[in-house]
Amino acid sequence: MTVTLPELDVDGPAAPPRSNGELVFAEPWEGRAFGLVMTLVDGGVLAYEDFRQALVQRITAWEAAPPAGETWSYYRCWLQALEQVLAERALVTPDDVDARARAFAQRPAGHDHADHGHDHDH
Amino acid sequence: MTPETLEPGIDLATRTEALESLMLERGLADPGTISTFIGIYETKVGPMNGAKVVARAWTDPAYKERLLADGTAAIAELGFKGPQGEHMVVLENTPQVHNVVVCTLCSCYPWPVLGLPPAWYKDSAYRSRVVREPRAVLAEWGTELAPDVEVRVHDSSSEVRYLVLPERPAGTDDLSADELAALVTRDAMVGVTKVAAG
Repeated sequence: MTVTLPELDVDGPAAPPRSNGELVFAEPWEGRAFGLVMTLVDGGVLAYEDFRQALVQRITAWEAAPPAGETWSYYRCWLQALEQVLAERALVTPDDVDARARAFAQRPAGHDHADHGHDHDH
Repeated sequence: MTPETLEPGIDLATRTEALESLMLERGLADPGTISTFIGIYETKVGPMNGAKVVARAWTDPAYKERLLADGTAAIAELGFKGPQGEHMVVLENTPQVHNVVVCTLCSCYPWPVLGLPPAWYKDSAYRSRVVREPRAVLAEWGTELAPDVEVRVHDSSSEVRYLVLPERPAGTDDLSADELAALVTRDAMVGVTKVAAG
């Protein structure tokens, strides 16, 4: 699969934030996954230490037996840990996420996120 | 299906979006808060905070004393506090002792002073090797230490988060705190490098 990425403006005012030359988040979804955990911690839904324990489990499991064909992704482990703690608390089940992700994956190209769930008069 | 067996055709971005939409529907999160946290850690919190702490310690002996005695309180004096900065311990590098920080189990890191950790800090190679052969790892960073320098490796896998106070480079006596802060790098505050005079 060939993915065409937009060219990043590395010096101008639209430059992505960097930390000593490195992007804080390599892809937008990593930032969203980070923000989701922080929001849950901030809202008292989740203790960060409980999340960290799940994250440690995911990292340890991946490193003990890296799945064939999968490259290391810290934020994949992060996302999996988030799913795990939400499932443990019966807040969001893996089946829920599967169904929603499948539905999102079937959207036509060029869909508008903001239109999701809204009716149109025209 | 469990999260570790991601369905082909559904990428991590789609799965994250699905999770977010479910959390929003169920009142577990709101979009403004999510974006605020992302923005804070992308633009406001980063190694420049720790650099100010280090420069202040280099130029104000009383502050340095407070910093080494109670890192959390002294760092908060400069306005830096928040998640993952509740139990800060500052480690002073000297001509005799070189401190380096790791989190062997995951990626614990002092967010308020260094921001979010870089990729190499989260990588298993660094996490396992710096404990086993710290001098070899430091040498790869270009940090050559004399044989009589003691290397101390600190594992963050508890509540404590560490910040290394690097040695002030020679020849910087005339620099102001702001000028000194510009010399201090993230890597030096993790302890994998030293601060150069510029």
